[in-house]
Order: sequence, then structure tokens, then C-alpha cells
Amino acid sequence: MVPTHYFLFLSAVLFAIGAVGFLIRRNPIVIFLSIELMLNAVNLSFVAFSNLLGSLDGQVFVLFVMAVAAAEVAVGLAIIVAVFRARTSIDVDEMNVLKW
Amino acid sequence: MFNILWLIPALPFFGFLVNGLVGKKVPKGIVSWVACGVVGLAFAAALLAFKDLLALSVEERFVTQTLFTWIPSGDFLVNVGLQLDPLSAVMILVVTGVGFLIHVYSIGYMHSEEGYGRYFAYLNLFTFAMLTLVLADNFLLMFVGWEGVGLCSYLLIGFWYDKPSAANAGRKAFVVNRIGDFGFLLAMMLIFSLFGTLRFDSIFHQAPLALTFGGGMATTITLLLFLGATGKSAQIPLYIWLPDAMEGPTPVSALIHAATMVTAGVYMVARCHVLFLLAPVSLAVVAVIGALTAIFAASIGLVQNDIKRVLAYSTVSQLGYMFLGCGVGAFAAGIFHLMTHAFFKALLFLGSGSVIHALSGEQDIRKMGGIAKKVPLTYATFLVGALAISGFPGLAGFFSKDEILWKTFCSSQGSNLLWLFGALAALFTAFYMFRLLFLVFHGKSRVEHERELHLHESPPTMLFALVVLAILSIFGGYVGVPKILGGHNLFESFLEPAFTRYFVLESATEGLHSLSLEWTLLLASVAIALLGIFLAWVLYLKRAQIPATLTARLPGIYNLILNKYYVDEVYGALFVIPGRKLSEFLYARFDLGIVDGLVNFVGEFVVRAGEGLKRIQTGYVRQYGFAILLSALCVLGYFLLK
Repeated sequence: MVPTHYFLFLSAVLFAIGAVGFLIRRNPIVIFLSIELMLNAVNLSFVAFSNLLGSLDGQVFVLFVMAVAAAEVAVGLAIIVAVFRARTSIDVDEMNVLKW
Repeated sequence: MFNILWLIPALPFFGFLVNGLVGKKVPKGIVSWVACGVVGLAFAAALLAFKDLLALSVEERFVTQTLFTWIPSGDFLVNVGLQLDPLSAVMILVVTGVGFLIHVYSIGYMHSEEGYGRYFAYLNLFTFAMLTLVLADNFLLMFVGWEGVGLCSYLLIGFWYDKPSAANAGRKAFVVNRIGDFGFLLAMMLIFSLFGTLRFDSIFHQAPLALTFGGGMATTITLLLFLGATGKSAQIPLYIWLPDAMEGPTPVSALIHAATMVTAGVYMVARCHVLFLLAPVSLAVVAVIGALTAIFAASIGLVQNDIKRVLAYSTVSQLGYMFLGCGVGAFAAGIFHLMTHAFFKALLFLGSGSVIHALSGEQDIRKMGGIAKKVPLTYATFLVGALAISGFPGLAGFFSKDEILWKTFCSSQGSNLLWLFGALAALFTAFYMFRLLFLVFHGKSRVEHERELHLHESPPTMLFALVVLAILSIFGGYVGVPKILGGHNLFESFLEPAFTRYFVLESATEGLHSLSLEWTLLLASVAIALLGIFLAWVLYLKRAQIPATLTARLPGIYNLILNKYYVDEVYGALFVIPGRKLSEFLYARFDLGIVDGLVNFVGEFVVRAGEGLKRIQTGYVRQYGFAILLSALCVLGYFLLK
């Protein structure tokens, strides 16, 4: 039996990688990947705790998270395609007009 | 039959609604029928109520009808209730009767006016408000009527609102009346705090016990009430609005500013006679103000050149008489004069309206003269009115004026000096009325040629009102023939129960009463009236050059009186200009500086803060993400370290 804190360490590391990736990358596709990474890090801790506590709640939650993430990616990719069609570039640093 | 009492004010209100809502769209004929019809019906209802009141025994002549509860609020309860006693019966008869005649007259006088429907709507509204005032069974409802007539007065003075002088006169009337209303309101609050009710009946029952005779409270309340009365009834010091009110249409001057509304103050004092009898100081103030106003206004009337202004000052002066009567405790005599005055002053105003109509709008008596032959019926009725107001024996004014003067002389609250004032004012009255009559109807014509061509007698609707009022001015006084002349003074014995119902002053029995004295005074007042008429005849017909020489000799006095003793100017310097200065100062400093400044500061602050904070929103997704991460870490750190 693998101790629970191993899973939590792995989850924290994955989340940190995702967060840093989100902050430093310019390509929105990679940013999406980073977001997925963070979501899955959270999913991992859900499952770990579910196992530890002997409750199925966490696993049910994971299913919801995955469903929402899939939907989010679909919308997000569609937006990226639309932005690319409009501006022939998807560099997030150039997408800064939504401000004062 | 007393349950139809509510119809009396309701009918004119209905007329107001109809004329106010559709008066513009329907033909003038319908407007006139509705307006006159409702007032005529109200008059009929008033007659029915009066007949039923007479059928009751003397002690029972007090009927109330509560329509509904208006303001129930804890201990404070006000009903909309009507009250019919001899006093209000006389008032509703005068208001609806004279009101009806003036409505009919207006059909002829206003026939070519633009705002015909509006005019009659206001007139109906006025009748409604006036009837509410006199029929109310509590102070608050009376105040509603009081303000209502004030509003209608304002609206009708400014009827020709595109004429600046008319608009200003309306505003002046309204503002001056507000000063009086303020006193009335304060008195009402004092009364409520003292008696816990505003119903006349309960207040007057309690008053003799709750108020000490001559006490400070009774004096304060009555003086405040009288302040209200001076505003509405144009007495010193608040009379200045009435002469200006002549800017309104002439029938309005007749109805509101002569016959009915301006007598509301007299009615109110008579209605609150219990309180006034308990405050001898206030009663003395009422008498003195009345006497002073009578002589003061009459003296101004001597030299005015505008036909309506002469009559306006005459009204102020006659109202002074009524207050003099009330002030010496002769409330019935005051109300008697109120009634006869309503007849002959309405007649004189309508007569002057007929003259103005005949002369295509001319109001300056220096440009009239010698028109008696052209307008015979107007002349005849005007003569009747002038004789009646002068106190010519046998006409209405003679009986009522003599009654007041006699009571002033013999009552324990009166004095010889007050009588002298009254008698002198009577001399002035006779003089200025006949000066007016001679200048307008007799002598050589000074009418401009243009107007002379159009000179014509007025239409039948106008003449009808004149004739009826003339008949009333002749015979109206015979309801109150004093005992000394072989009469029974029916009017006084009818009214007296209303004034002795709650409280009788011990000393109110007439102090000195000798027949020879009464005869002497009677003859004296007749002699005074005849002397005034004679003087006017000498000065303005026989030796028409005398007035010019007199004015040339005494330019100082003449100008002083011609300019109305400069009272308007003094008030202007004392109140209007400082008031305006204060307003301007407050506007510039307080309103613009502090109030506006505060509001603008709040707005400005929010804008500036927004300007500063908007820089945070850069548009870079990763900065937002970083902020979220940082915040999450902070929250996390907070929980960890706690």
C-alpha cells in the first residue's frame, strides 16, 4: 500500500508544474495543457483522499471535474481557432486588448 | 334631509372634474351649463338644508354628518365631517347664492376668452373649497378648504398668466397668504396639543374649562388664528395682496376677492368665538386692527384712479368693519355685515365689470365719465350698490353697518374711539363710492373716441346677475332690522344660538342701552353717509375744479395716499429685498458651495478612484493568473499560520 502523502507530493508537484507553465508559456495550447495538468493534480489528490477516507465522494467529484475540463477545452480550442482566424496569431501576449 | 349635506360641496367638485377634464374639448355652452348648473343645484341643496334647519327647535340647530375617517393615527383622528349650524347655514347660502349669480355673469363676461373651460373649472373648484371651509366640522378640514380657496385665488388672479403683472399678483397673493396660514397652522397644533382633538364641537365644549379666561394660552392661540385671518381677509399688516389681486378677471374679483373668500377670516374668527371670548386681549387686537384697517384702506380708496382698485380698498375697509364687529363681541353683527357686503360688493364689482366690458377694457376712471345714459341698467344697479355700501337708510349696508357701529359704541369691549374710527371710515366710504360713481357715470365724457364708438350695454346674463344682486342689496338688510326701527332683528336671533351654544361671557350683556343714544348714533351714521355723498357731489360734479386745486395745494399728502402710504415699498425694503439677498447668499454659498460641493465631491472621488484602479486591469492573461495564484497562496498561508 502506497502511503497517501506520496500521492499528495506528486499532486503538489504536478500542480506547481502546471501553474508555472500557465504563467510563463505564450502558446495558448500549452497554457491549456498546463491547466489540464493542474486539474489532474487536483483529481489525483481527490482520489488519494477518497481512498484514505474510504468514501466514494472524491471519485465522483473527479468524474465531474473531467467532464467540465473536457467541455472547457472544447470551448477554449474553439476560441483559439477563432482568434487565429481573426489575427493569424495566437500569442497570448498579443491578446491584451480586453482592458481599459 | 340633512343627509344631502355632503352634496353641497360635492356638486361643485363634480363640476370642476367635468370642466377640468373635458372643458377644453366641449363647446362653451356645455361648460357654462355644467358650471352654473352644479352651483345652482348646490344652492338649491343649501336652501333645503336651511329650510330643515329652520324647522328644528332653536337648541337643536346643530347638525353634523361624518362622511368618513380621514386620518386615523393613534390618538390623532380626523374625520371628514360636515357641520350645519346657523353660522355655516348663512355662509353656504351666501357662497352658493352669490356664487351662482357670478357664475351666470361670467358666461357673458368671459364669452370670448381662450381658457373658458379652465376658468369655470377653477371657479367650481373654488366653490367646492369655500363650501368645505364653511361646512367643515374640524380645524383640519377647514384648513383644507382654507388652502383650497387660497390656491384657486392664486390660479384665478393669474388667470391671464401670460401677463407678467397678473402672474406676479397671483404669486404675491399666495406668498402673503402663506404668512397667515403659518399662524393658522401653529394655532391648530397648539389646539391639538391642548385638547387632543381638532373637532370644533369638542374643542369649544372643553375650552371654557381648559383655558383660563384671559390666560396666555388662550391669547396665543387666538392671536395666531387671527394672524391667519389677517392673511386671508386682507387686514393690516397683510392686506397688500388684495388690491393687486384685481389683475384677475372681474367676476373673480367679485366672487373671491369681495364676496366670499376674503370673508373666510371673519367666518373663522366667528367660528372660534369661544376661544376669542376667552382672550379679551386678542379680542381687543381684532377690534383695533379691524378699525385701523377700515379707516386706513378707506383713506387709500379716496384717491385711487383704477375702478377696481377703489373697490378693492373698499373691500379691505369693509372687512375691517366685520372684524371690528367681531372684536367687540358682536359676532352676529359681523356676519350680518359679511352677508350684506357680499351682496353689494359683488354687485359693485360686477357693475364695474359691466362698465369695463362696455368700455372695451378701460379701467381708469379718469378716462370715463358721462356714460350713465349708454348703460342705464348698469348705472341703476351700480347706484343701488353705492347707496347700500354708503349706508343710505333703508338699504342693506345701512342696517349691518349701523349694527356694527352701535355695538362698537355700547358693547363692553368697544369704545368711543373705535366708534369714531368706524364712523370716519363710513364717511370715507360714502365719499369714495360716490366719487367713483360721479366720475364714471356722470359729468362730461372723457372716454377715448375709439372706445366711445363701441360703448354698449352688457349681455342679459350679466344684467341678470346685476339685477338680482341689486334687489338683494336693497332688501337683504331687512332680515336684520333692529328693534329700535320696529324690526325684530331676525338675523341676529337666528345666529345668536350659534354664538351662545358653548359659552357666554358674563359681561356680554350690553353695557349702556338707552333708546335716545341709539337714535342719536343712528342719525349720526345717516348724517355721515349723506355728508360723504354730498361732499363727493360738490367736489366731483358741482365744482369739479376743486380736487385739482386740492391736490396741487397738498402734493405731499396726495402723493402719500396715492402711493398707498408706500406700504408696498416699505415691505419691499424690509422683507422682500433682504429675503432675496439672503436667498442669493444661501444659493451661492450653501447651495452651490456645500450641498452641490458634497455631491460633486462624492462623484469626483469615485471617478478619480476608478481612474487609478483601472491600471490594474492590463489585459494580460498571465498577470491575472499570477494574481489568482498569489491570492490563493496568501489565503493558504493565512490558514497555515493561523
